Amino acid sequence: MATRLQALWGWFDSRMPSVAEQWRIHASQYYAPKNFNFWYYFGSLAMLVLVIQIVSGIFLTMNYKPDAALAFGSVEYIMRDVPGGWLIRYIHSTGASAFFILVYLHMFRAMLYGSHREPRELVWIFGVLIYLTLMGEAFFGYLLPWGQMSYWGAQVIVNLFGTVPFIGPDLALWIRGDYVVGDATLNRFFALHVIAFPLVLLGLVVAHILALHDVGSNNPDGVEIKKTKGRDGHPVDGIPFHPYYTVKDLVGAVVFLVIFCIVMFFMPEMGGYFLEYNNFIPADPLKTPEHIAPVWYFTPYYSILRAVPPFFNSQFPGVLAMGISVMILFFLPWLDRSPVRSIRYRGAYYKTALAIFVVTFLLLGYLGVKPTTVWGQFGFDAFFLDTKDRATWMARLCTILYFAFFFLMPWYTKRDRTLPVPDRVTH
Amino acid sequence: MNDQEKVDKTRRTLVVATSVVGGAATLGAAVPFAASMLPSERAKAAGAPVEVDLSAIAPGQMAVVEWRGKPVWVIRRTKEMIDALKVAEAQLTDPGSEASIQPEYAENEYRARDPELMVMEGVCTHLGCSPQLRTAEAKAEMGADWAGGFYCPCHGSKFDYAGRVFRGAPAPTNLIVPPYTIADSKLVIGEDEKNKG
Repeated sequence: MATRLQALWGWFDSRMPSVAEQWRIHASQYYAPKNFNFWYYFGSLAMLVLVIQIVSGIFLTMNYKPDAALAFGSVEYIMRDVPGGWLIRYIHSTGASAFFILVYLHMFRAMLYGSHREPRELVWIFGVLIYLTLMGEAFFGYLLPWGQMSYWGAQVIVNLFGTVPFIGPDLALWIRGDYVVGDATLNRFFALHVIAFPLVLLGLVVAHILALHDVGSNNPDGVEIKKTKGRDGHPVDGIPFHPYYTVKDLVGAVVFLVIFCIVMFFMPEMGGYFLEYNNFIPADPLKTPEHIAPVWYFTPYYSILRAVPPFFNSQFPGVLAMGISVMILFFLPWLDRSPVRSIRYRGAYYKTALAIFVVTFLLLGYLGVKPTTVWGQFGFDAFFLDTKDRATWMARLCTILYFAFFFLMPWYTKRDRTLPVPDRVTH
Repeated sequence: MNDQEKVDKTRRTLVVATSVVGGAATLGAAVPFAASMLPSERAKAAGAPVEVDLSAIAPGQMAVVEWRGKPVWVIRRTKEMIDALKVAEAQLTDPGSEASIQPEYAENEYRARDPELMVMEGVCTHLGCSPQLRTAEAKAEMGADWAGGFYCPCHGSKFDYAGRVFRGAPAPTNLIVPPYTIADSKLVIGEDEKNKG
């Protein structure tokens, strides 16, 4: 039997040798540093979630109706009448939030160990493009249930484009396909969500991995393992991705799926953060809900948008600030001028800056889910107080700190007192 | 390629010319796709004037009607509401409505034809949410000097009873006043001297 199978494989391999070759290049002969730690799980987990989202999405499409009159009802139909429909929908909605958690952790890992630094700038750029596409994908998907939050969230985000000087109103009209968010908008968002953006996403993931495998993985020491090669020509500190890391990632996947299932089965709404309560009310174009906030993964940027006051009778500066706060990520490899990659050998400046950045990002995220009146008003009057809401001022402070982290980076990373980097990885 | 090999200039020119033509054709082919995303004829056709019976609205009461898919607020302002417009004038971004959009007859401090009747598009000029009524009773939430008006739940913009925006809010201009006419106890939204239907 074994020889039969071998013969079959031989027949296949002689006709399409690139399959075995790709396997060697990307798995069995791809040498990854041996000192990967906990932070290195999130890339492969994000891929796992991508597969989960595609599979669950395909099955949701079988019962969902992209029509303003039917959409809300069809989602409820999936939840109540379709056998296992509730499970598939909760897989998809939990997967969306999980995707962002994993991507944020994955990006933070890069900032910890300098994985975006030369020669891995392209890996980082493809990564940021994946993040942007994911934001679009999540935004389009969020309109589909056609609940109050879907509707008003889309209204706000489409109008962001409407603030662009000169072409704004026409641009917003073109995106909506109507004068208000309506059936035309829902229908096209469905098309973009189920086909256009997933295709782009898959392409970018391939580019991200190809770029990574061309230059090789970074590691927690930020040491280039290709510098020290053994007699066999492979890095001394490298181990083949398969079987070593496929097995390690499999353990990570099991732990992750356990947590994923706990959330999915016992708290799929996550207290209104994964599925917002207002989205259980059908879209009503005449009434904005009492308190609207985007889903949690957009709230840091939403806070920045809300914090910037209008200039020259235009709300565009706030929109611009929000846009820059995301786009600035592209420039990270060049803003960082430190001679070392990893946080292990960096000085107090970068460590402090990164710590402040994390707190700032979380605080902006928190403020974004709350109304601006959450902390009450200042009790005094002053000429510079254009608003007395304490939360708005806090968001403004955080916005400044957020941008300071990036714009001052060339300065503080250069001056940082770094430690000497070892020649080989430590573990 | 070594230096001895000559580049066939004619062939190179033809390649460039073909690429340019091909690129232009691709661009041209993209136009109908992009155009298909513009509002359809059906969407453009919707949007006739709306009539409102004013006798059904009590003083201090607010009615919301739909005009071109947008909420339009109609409030019969009480004396207290009209007086409230004076209270916060110093805190407004554009108290004279110079940078805001309204018909000529509403370019006054009441932003209305008749001070007692407020007609306003209930769409925040920031990013299009619909603000909510917050009467003078909402001082606990809105601050001790709140005299009544509207609050946008999306990004925290505040407006007075004439739709004039407070400073420090993300909304850049006052709420838009749609064209309207009043005849006896009938209000027609979307129609006035300049806009016929």
